[in-house]
Amino acid sequence: MEAKKSHEPIFWTLFSAGGVVAALLLPVHLFIFGMAVPLHWIHGPAYNLLLSLAQMPIARLYLFVMCSLPLFHFAHRFRYTLYDGLQIKHLNEVVFASCYGIAVLGTVAAGWLLWRI
Amino acid sequence: MDSAAARARASADGHSSTAPAYTEFHPRWYRPRISTYWWLGRWPYVKFILRELSSVAVAWTVAFTLFQLWSLSQGEVAYSTFTRRASSPIMIALNVIAFGFLLLHSITWFNLAPKAMAVRVSGKRLPAILISGPQFLAWFAISAIVLWIYMVRT
Repeated sequence: MEAKKSHEPIFWTLFSAGGVVAALLLPVHLFIFGMAVPLHWIHGPAYNLLLSLAQMPIARLYLFVMCSLPLFHFAHRFRYTLYDGLQIKHLNEVVFASCYGIAVLGTVAAGWLLWRI
Repeated sequence: MDSAAARARASADGHSSTAPAYTEFHPRWYRPRISTYWWLGRWPYVKFILRELSSVAVAWTVAFTLFQLWSLSQGEVAYSTFTRRASSPIMIALNVIAFGFLLLHSITWFNLAPKAMAVRVSGKRLPAILISGPQFLAWFAISAIVLWIYMVRT
């Protein structure tokens, strides 16, 4: 029997890289802008300062990686949560297309926003 | 670890207790239907599903960030709308829950690394703490630096 060539390693590598990025970078970002600033624990950066910060090339690259790779992590993990955990197996193709569709769209949106910011 | 190796050896020798001996006619599959809620009721299973569901919080955080970047690019008025919306009780509640899941992801991810990578130094496997420890340190350092950058610029 001939072994079927699989694309799984590519998806798994993206899952793994996205998992590392999500684990290292996302909590502090959500902590600042989702909790600490809205709850007045700290003062949010002024608009002009935040904009000039986001326009730095290194910050654009940082934000792009922070947005893109974790979405591919999500796509892989959520797909298998639905498959194994909730046993939604009959919608496998739809789930696959939706999860990776979100990841690709999010990556394009991040690239476009950071290019124009 | 040892029992898994023993099982692998046993199945390689053909003495596995689970795999049936070869028959010419394929046996009928016995696959009982498993409940959709199989993971409820035992804490390790619940923890597994919660860990897997942390990916939803990851996607949510990215969506939140993209919305923030879009507002930032649209000018000062749009950005103040973003901060006002982020201060609504519903958004704060959602973000607190999402933050809890992000912490669950980070902690389980770093603790998983030593199990996924078997680093050997002169034939001996490195203790788990030497693989997960530096990742926790990197996490704390990066978080402190990012926090510092925003605090300094306020």
